[in-house]
Amino acid sequence: MLTVATGNKAVATAVKQACPSVVAAYPITPQTEIVEQIAEFVTSGELKSQYIPVESEHSAMAACIGASVTGVRTFTATSSHGLHYMHEMVNWAAGARLPIVMANVNRALGPGWNIWAEHTDAFQERDTGWLQVYVGSVQEAYDATLMAFRIAEHESVLLPVMVNLDGFLLSHSMHPLQTVEIGDFIPPIRLPHAIDTAHPMGYGTLTGPDQYFRLRWDIERSMRDSVGVIRETEREFAKRFGRRYDAVEEYRCEDAEVVVVAMGTLGKEAEVAVDLLREEGVPAGSMRIRWLRPFPRLDLSGRDVVAIDRDYSFGFGGVIARSLAATEGAKPFSVIAGLGGQEVTYDDIAGFVRSRRPGEEYWFGVMPDV
Amino acid sequence: MTDIPREEYILKCTSACAGCSDSLTLRYVLKAAGPETVLVVPACCTSVIQGIYPNTAMNIPVYNVAFAAAAACASGMSAAFQAAGRKTNVIVYAGDGGTVDIGIQALSGAFERGTDFLYICYDNEAYGNTGMQRSGATPAGARTTTTPGGKAQTKKDLDAIVAAHNPPYMATACASYPKDLFSKVQKALSIRGPKFIHVLSPCPPGWRYSSEKSVEMGKLAVRSGMWILYEREFGKVTINRPSKAAMIRPVPIEEYLEPQGRFKGISPEALAMLRSVAERNAERLKREEEGIC
Repeated sequence: MLTVATGNKAVATAVKQACPSVVAAYPITPQTEIVEQIAEFVTSGELKSQYIPVESEHSAMAACIGASVTGVRTFTATSSHGLHYMHEMVNWAAGARLPIVMANVNRALGPGWNIWAEHTDAFQERDTGWLQVYVGSVQEAYDATLMAFRIAEHESVLLPVMVNLDGFLLSHSMHPLQTVEIGDFIPPIRLPHAIDTAHPMGYGTLTGPDQYFRLRWDIERSMRDSVGVIRETEREFAKRFGRRYDAVEEYRCEDAEVVVVAMGTLGKEAEVAVDLLREEGVPAGSMRIRWLRPFPRLDLSGRDVVAIDRDYSFGFGGVIARSLAATEGAKPFSVIAGLGGQEVTYDDIAGFVRSRRPGEEYWFGVMPDV
Repeated sequence: MTDIPREEYILKCTSACAGCSDSLTLRYVLKAAGPETVLVVPACCTSVIQGIYPNTAMNIPVYNVAFAAAAACASGMSAAFQAAGRKTNVIVYAGDGGTVDIGIQALSGAFERGTDFLYICYDNEAYGNTGMQRSGATPAGARTTTTPGGKAQTKKDLDAIVAAHNPPYMATACASYPKDLFSKVQKALSIRGPKFIHVLSPCPPGWRYSSEKSVEMGKLAVRSGMWILYEREFGKVTINRPSKAAMIRPVPIEEYLEPQGRFKGISPEALAMLRSVAERNAERLKREEEGIC
């Protein structure tokens, strides 16, 4: 069915269709509309879930953990400071191998108070064992949320999945949304280690170095296996519903000599910049990284790379730029842009490409124009 | 006469200290709760006494969770059991640090939401698992590893905080009175909604008394009026018989303090604080029982 929706409404609609047994909810801008919309669905009876209005984000994730380990489907949503307040439990959810799905509306961290889009919030959670997907449109927020449940709950994965969408740029902008009849796309959840009073077990018991090491390796093994599960899920989604996704969304890359690598809405903006540059005769392409974890492979060989980071690791660099250097040996022109919701247009991005200086870092709006 | 079942849910060979009243308390809690029970345990002594993975000394499912998270985790678990139509007891079993300090927010949230669960705080009046640092539940004058000169402040009134949430059932207990503890757990689990039991848990290494005296220490706490056994059912307070007797003919507080190394050389000021807290608690409970406040 074709409707018009905000990114928040799109996520809530997908959650309604996935029908989690337990939803923990705590408000934070710009995510609040997701948990408000779910409350409406629960109150109207459209969604039969236990809705827990927790007193903090730490408790939101703790409640999801307590629910999930009984073997039921769970969901929560957060943003920015909320994500970091639950940081301890974000780690716990992955370590406990619980397929919790969480939407995170990407927003900058204070101080000063800033409620606008930035990816640093979720990037700081990238080493927790969660799978992370970043979307570029309202439609994709909906589609990715549906797929997140199937991927998280897959027996070869059993890790939590975080669906990231840019604050306001997606959470609050209205786009067309094509909803689907999901049918059996998300199979019933089956958690092999669910709590069973007939077979009592200890969970999270004191664990010595040797055993702990094995459990960590198990997480990494599942993270690696998730690459195939994500691919299979995205193909199945395309087959059933006609919309195709990959770990990296490539745009006009076949003969590209320079590639813009970005995430979220900046990755979509880059596609427009590529069209502009092509009209000028610049053989440009763009690659929008969708999955930050597991981190994908990009075919960058022999190409100039312009990496745009809406994030920063102080004392190190833009996380995307540095990751491409580490995984692909790239020497990107590293552009830091869009922090705290700074406006970055396709014209700006085209400018980054025209005046690129491979190997250098450039802070847009702070340093003199390139 | 209360019939305490012979079944054991806490097996032999735990890694508890000699004379540990945490494990003694847990033994009776689980006998009262029975096998259709999940225990949620934040970081505390009970995290350790279960033993080391892949073994466990517990014969019911135990979900170990982060320090501040027990009551919230139990909220999710209780909701999930409700969604699945399962009638399983969800019991948080937490120490005093995990309750009165770092866990107080989650506790308050779960009680305000009316979560159907039982929260048991076993209170050894310090962070025992990490080597006896002061907690909000440490009484005045007690020496801990972070109050080597004795704690200057009084014990946080956890029961008053919980009572402010108006739960359908709350009680105090002590493993030195096992039948009382057992029947309070059973009663709590028969009621829907958030229930709370605060258990005094004498600790030989922390309180510095010899390990065969744990039961005696609990009895002295009650007989001296330093620990009052009572229940509050739907707002109605009943002071239990051992504490009724103690209010008529108390043993001197000094008899309770003297065997404990943590109170050695306690200042007259701290002693006066302990006495005044005990008197204030007794007066308030008596008034509440009589329906005066």
